[in-house]
Order: sequence, then C-alpha cells, then structure tokens
Amino acid sequence: MSATTHMNDLGSPHSGLPGTNQSKVAAALGSRRKRSDLIAKALCYSATTIALVVLFAILATLIWLGARGFGLHVFTNVTRPPGSGGGLLNAIVGSLIQTFLGVIIGTPIGLLVGTYLAEYAQGTLLGNAVRFVSDVLLSAPSILIGLFAYQILVAPFGGFSGFAGVAALAVIVIPIVVRTTEDMLTLIPNSLREAAVALGAPKWKSIVLICYRAAMNGIATGVLLAIARVAGETAPLLFTSLGNLNWSVDMTQPMSSLPVTIYQYAGSAFDDWVQLAWVGALLITFGVLFINIIARVVLRRRS
Amino acid sequence: MSETNQQSATTEGVNQMAMMEPTSSANLNEPRIAIRNIDFYYGTNKALKGINLDLPARQVTGMIGPSGCGKSTLLRVLNRMYDLYPGQRAEGQAMMDGDNIIDPKVDLNRLRSKIGMVFQKPTPFPMSIYNNIAFGVKLHEKLSKAEMDERVEWSLTRAALWGEVKDRLNAPAGGMSGGQQQRLCIARTIAVRPSVILFDEPTSALDPISTLKIEELIDELKSEFTIAIVTHNMQQAARCADQVAFFYLGEMVEVGTATQMFTAPREKRTQEYITGRFG
Repeated sequence: MSATTHMNDLGSPHSGLPGTNQSKVAAALGSRRKRSDLIAKALCYSATTIALVVLFAILATLIWLGARGFGLHVFTNVTRPPGSGGGLLNAIVGSLIQTFLGVIIGTPIGLLVGTYLAEYAQGTLLGNAVRFVSDVLLSAPSILIGLFAYQILVAPFGGFSGFAGVAALAVIVIPIVVRTTEDMLTLIPNSLREAAVALGAPKWKSIVLICYRAAMNGIATGVLLAIARVAGETAPLLFTSLGNLNWSVDMTQPMSSLPVTIYQYAGSAFDDWVQLAWVGALLITFGVLFINIIARVVLRRRS
Repeated sequence: MSETNQQSATTEGVNQMAMMEPTSSANLNEPRIAIRNIDFYYGTNKALKGINLDLPARQVTGMIGPSGCGKSTLLRVLNRMYDLYPGQRAEGQAMMDGDNIIDPKVDLNRLRSKIGMVFQKPTPFPMSIYNNIAFGVKLHEKLSKAEMDERVEWSLTRAALWGEVKDRLNAPAGGMSGGQQQRLCIARTIAVRPSVILFDEPTSALDPISTLKIEELIDELKSEFTIAIVTHNMQQAARCADQVAFFYLGEMVEVGTATQMFTAPREKRTQEYITGRFG
C-alpha cells in the first residue's frame, strides 16, 4: 500500500514538500523497479530459450536422422521386409487419403456446428451444452476416439478398414473446426451483420456471404490446425485402419499410414526400418509445414 | 404505393395526433411513414413511450435528444432491426403503404429493401467496392452484367463517390478512408432503391470535411428519398432537417419544422436541450 502512495507522488514531482527525503526514496524505488524489471525480463528470455532449444533439438534430430535415409526409393517403393530396400509409398498415400477424407468430412460438420454456436445459439442452453461437449471432445485423448470408431465401425463390420480410420480422424477434426469457427465468427462485429440485414439479406445469406468471408482467414487457420493434428495422429488409426504392409487403396481394407508405420518401425529391431521411421517423421513434419506456408501465402494474396 | 391509400390506412391513428397538430406544418409534405403510439421494450425496460410522428415524404426528419432517449431505438423499429435480438419488441403502429411495419407478418427482407439504413460506423463488407454495392442489389433483383454496372455507377454517382473510385472498383472496400467508406455505405443503401433511408448518427465517426460531404449528400438525396436522421449534433439537425423531433427519456417531447424548433420551441425541455443546458 505504501509503495503505491510513493509511486503516485513520483508521478507529480511538484507535490513534494521541500526538505523531505523524497528524492532518496524515489531513487531507491527506481533502482528496485529496474531490478525487478531485469529479473522478469531474464525469466522471460530464459523460458523462451528453453522452449526454442527443445524445439530446435527436435527439428535438428529429425533432419539429422531423417535426411540420411532420404531417397527416391522412399516414394517409389512400398514397405517391404527388413533388408530388402522398402520405401513408404503405401504409408504416404494412405496418410494422404485418410487425412484428406477425414478433413473433407469433418470440416463441413465442424463449420456448421461452429456457425450454429456463434450465430444461432448464443446464450441458449442447447448452445452451451453443445459447446461444452465439443470442448470435451477437443481435449479427449485420441485413443478414446480410436476405440469408439473401433466399437461402431470395425467390430460390427468384422474388419479394420480405411473408412473406419477416416471416421476416427473426422471425429478429431470436428471439435477443432467448431472452436475456431465459433471464435472467429464471434469476433465479427454485430454492425457488419446488421449492415447486411439492413439491406434486406436473410440471415443465412449474411452469414454465408458476409460473415464467412470476414472470418475466412481464421476459419482456414482452424482447418490447417486440424490437418496438422490428424496428419500426425497414431492412436485413432491403430484400432481402425490398422496399417497395411502392402499397397492398398481399397477403403474397405486395412490401410497403411505414416504415423502407424512410424510407430511399428521405430520400435523394431531392424536398422533400415528405424531409419524409415525417421524419414516418415520428417515427411509428416515438412508436409504439414508446407501446407501451412502455402495456405498462408494464398490467404494473404486474397485479402 | 399511392398516397391516398396510405392516408386512409393511417386515419385510425390520427386522433392521437390531435395534440401535435398546432405545428406550423405548412411546408411539410404528406407523411411517407406515420408512426402511431409506438411503445418499445428491451426485455421489461420500456424504451419508447407512445411515440407519434410523421416522416414527411422526400424530406428530412432530424431526431435529436440526449443519449439513451430512444431516437436510435425508433429508427431500429422502422426497419425492424430489433427482430435480430430476442427480448426486444415493439407495439403500436408504423404505417407505410397501408401496412403496419411492426406487424409480425411483414416480409422483413422486402421491408428492408424499401427502408434502408446507414449506421454510425462505416461497415464496408470484406469485398470489392463493386461487390459491396452489387451485394444488396442481387438480393432483390436479377440484373445483367451491363445493368449491374449501370446500377453501381448510378448509386456511386448519387453518393458523390464515383469520381474517386471509378478506377478502382475492384479494390477492397476496406482500403478506403472513413468518409469514403460511409459514402459507399450510402451508395450501397440507395442501390437497392429504397423509398426511405434511415441515418443513425452517420457522421459521428467522421472528420468535419467528410461530415460536410455527407450532409450535402443528404440534402441532395431528399429529392428522391424520405430521410430520417438521428444526430447528436444540433447544427447538423438545423442544417439538414426539414422537420425536427426532440426525444427525452423515451418520449417524443416535441416535433416541428426545423425553423420552429430552433427558434421558438414550445417545450421548456426542448429549449433547454437545444441551448445546451443538459444532454
């Protein structure tokens, strides 16, 4: 309390009475403030450094160990028994198909739910319930979603399949897109909606033609986050598309994917498999990075 | 659309007008909208109490009064903007073309194509200048590309903006100055060809020069459109309006021609407000 009083005095230098030791107090407080500022700054910088060091250590290890095994064979050969020069073609294609379809299915659902929450259900009981469930789903362990897909899509139909994997990934995509869509739409000032409505636009047109456009960048970022997330998901695929050591693009059959292949190969006793696991990890990381950069460039050009 | 039709529809509310008759309304036109006994509620809070007011056709009605007096609320009744918000409701009559605007059965999209609104802050849509204008037109009409080009040029010309933007119609509207954005919003509103335009403090976010342009614009637009403008600026009301209504605490205290209101207000509260003693 006394500190604040002194600080207030410092703000108006003419208020001090002559003969007091105010300048001394001011000097002491000043150096104390500088000291605490320095400490806070040091803590911030060291925390940032630790985070960056860890991040770069991961990236460096990934590049160091992944680049070694990099080669054309990774993209031309399917997975083969150890020692016979296998690649990752089936895993790459499987991951692309499952990620793509999962995002294609999950995004519209997430977009519509997010729109419902932001535009139609603000403050309603149902809206709050949906938002709560969506947030729970967002933080649910992905293995749970894998088990769920297993229970309703694998067990009753008697087999692992690419479809089941896609469904599990779509379930992961939905809450991510719901959250970002709702957040982005809520940020749009009401005045923009009113302006559209005042021209005689029905509500759905003001949402689709005005609000979506205004929130485009944010919503697209949400979809990108979702892509990045599901491209690296392993657990939900373990019980659903299982993995496949042979070439297969049949969605009703088990399907290979990069994360599951990494999981299987990295723990194996064969050096060339472990090497391929690192290559796969490198591919996922740079694939996601690449998608992010492309999308950002495209979005910036549009706006 | 005929005025006789409109008059017969409003006669039932006219007896409540008796108390406001003595106004020297000789130079005011026939009413385009006749507001009778409008009450408005935000939830349980009554924001408008028995408002009676005529908006004379092709003239400007200025609405003045301290913040929270209900003038903006009245504007938002006239294009049913309050319908967006559950818990807000209006009672009474606002007659236009023989229909009661606040009747729940009214087709809101059609109503809003006839009664346009310009807001306090410019609200350009996140698209090109051209598309900002085409957006509203497309909602109500099917035009060929050539007709649309013509409509865009017409509305931008009417809004005194054509010369400044004709070479960059495809540029995003967000890149314009605040004053230009507000004129774009006016152009967008008149492009739909309403018969009434509501201005809700259209210049309070603008610099003096942009304000002057908007005021000149309003003066020109009244040859075609019936205009209601809410303003906090007494000079603006004096410059723009043919008729001025003074609101206070949800009531309309007094209405008269601009000259009468600013030179010889009948009510003490009006006089105190326009001389700056409160508000």
